[in-house]
Amino acid sequence: MSKELEPLADPGLPVHVNRKADTDPIAAKRAERQVAILFSLSGVGTLLFIYSFFFIKDDVFIFLPIMGTTNAHQLGVGVGVAMSLLFIGFGAVHWAKTLMPDQEVIAYRHEMRSEEKDRQDLVATAKEGAAAAGLGRRPLIKRTLVAAAGLAGLPAVILLRDLGPLPGNSLNETSWARGTRLVTDPGDRPIKPSDLEVGAVAQVMPELAPGKKRKLEDIAKDAVLLIRIRPSEFQLDPERLSWTHEGIIAFSKICSHMGCAVALYEQTTKHLLCPCHQSTFDVTRAAKVIFGPSARPLPQLAITVNSEGYLIAKQPFSEAVGPSFWERKS
Amino acid sequence: MRFISKYRKHRFASPLLLLFALFGIGLTFSVASATEAPKTVDAAARSTLIAEGQQIFLKGCSSCHGLNAEGAGVAPSLIGVGAASVDFVVATGRMPMQDMSQQAMRKPPVYNEEEVAALAAYVASLAPGPRAYTNEEIKWERDGNTAEGGELFRNNCAMCHNFAGQGGALTQGKYAPTVMGVEARHIYEALITGPQAMPVFSDKIITPQEKLSIIKWIKSAESEPNLGGAPLGRVGPVTEGLLVWTLGLGLLIGVAVWLTAKAR
Repeated sequence: MSKELEPLADPGLPVHVNRKADTDPIAAKRAERQVAILFSLSGVGTLLFIYSFFFIKDDVFIFLPIMGTTNAHQLGVGVGVAMSLLFIGFGAVHWAKTLMPDQEVIAYRHEMRSEEKDRQDLVATAKEGAAAAGLGRRPLIKRTLVAAAGLAGLPAVILLRDLGPLPGNSLNETSWARGTRLVTDPGDRPIKPSDLEVGAVAQVMPELAPGKKRKLEDIAKDAVLLIRIRPSEFQLDPERLSWTHEGIIAFSKICSHMGCAVALYEQTTKHLLCPCHQSTFDVTRAAKVIFGPSARPLPQLAITVNSEGYLIAKQPFSEAVGPSFWERKS
Repeated sequence: MRFISKYRKHRFASPLLLLFALFGIGLTFSVASATEAPKTVDAAARSTLIAEGQQIFLKGCSSCHGLNAEGAGVAPSLIGVGAASVDFVVATGRMPMQDMSQQAMRKPPVYNEEEVAALAAYVASLAPGPRAYTNEEIKWERDGNTAEGGELFRNNCAMCHNFAGQGGALTQGKYAPTVMGVEARHIYEALITGPQAMPVFSDKIITPQEKLSIIKWIKSAESEPNLGGAPLGRVGPVTEGLLVWTLGLGLLIGVAVWLTAKAR
């Protein structure tokens, strides 16, 4: 059954088709004009940019359909730069496509390897140079050079230290301690249980020592959401129930998935949602995850009231708040 | 009398008479309304209002909320919700509900302001609750602070109502409506009563003055011009992404086709 397969004949290049501009001088002239117009539009764009930058005040607003009321200064600057760059490109492409030569050309590949003689000459030159430098005869220079080059790499490693101190135990700790008062955020007013009606929420922070300012990295860990529901609606184990006060329950606002602020509270369903990835937590069941990617409930803060009747933390958070990290214990 | 009969037919007589008459009416009216200004709703007028409200309630609301507003099934009890709740849900057209879906939505109100006031008076008479407000009472322009309001809004409202107050989705078809174009008194009443899925923001947690600041921020966001061109609904990455993935990529594909197409 063997049958010699005939190799396919080289079909060669397709016949070249001339463009209109190649044969018709009027078409060529038109294409030339079109390219010139495109380049001129780029110039107009640049002028628009310069005009907008210097002569349109940045508090001038104009109304445009679809856009609405828009800042004229920024619109002029943006449209100007866009036009000046875009139309140079459009003009160049149109020029190349219509007027520049488009004859198909065959370029043959050549071998990349150098001539044998050139290669041997190079090796000889390198050996001659090494012998002249005397590296083989003076080992002290060779060794110190290697050592110096090695040491010179160290600063690059040492500079990594400037990225900041190691996190230490800070991921496991928050500012909440036994007896810390809950204060409103913003406002920093201490809260009494009677301040919250059933169905009310409050964004709270731990109270600061007088004169101290809140640091951003603390806010990112300390934010707590206070929710009041009817005590009969709780489905909690006795320990967690003792962490609530008259139907007021406190959760860390930092999502246990990726650390967004969980604060979409639906009063009707008692569900708490994270706006980033829709993790849904059930407030009545200690923020149990009922939907979404979060792996654990939001940490609950144990609260009670002090002798003056203000809400305080009973103890620090029993677990690390926020998303998972390598050294997290649970 | 001769004087009157003499000038009776004068050509200025009738315009002058008209002027006198108008002045007289104006004077009487201003005196009358001045005496009326320190209005004290006496018990009799109040009980008529409550009776009127009860009539409206029995006709329009009792089929779901029960004859005594005690609630039934999905319709909650209205005892103790106060006039503020009634003013918010009825004057914004949310009640009566269009259908029994997840959420009552804003629509043109069914009852006029007087009827709403009567309904509110009736519901408030059942049990004490937050009172209704008028737009004039909410002095946000005078007492509000826009910067403070912005901070409060971002901390308490933005997660549901969007960072620019455009509203956003909740679960199972519920949503937080836009706060743009909402009357000041309705924003205030929503904050103190917590309508539908919205929680309550108590006066001790967000003080009345802070509530005015929030309203002032919302009003300033309403009139804020677009610094960066088309706002795309001010909902952030969703519409921006949609525009880039459709219009932006479409443009790039178009350019790529143009680049590789052979010129004729």
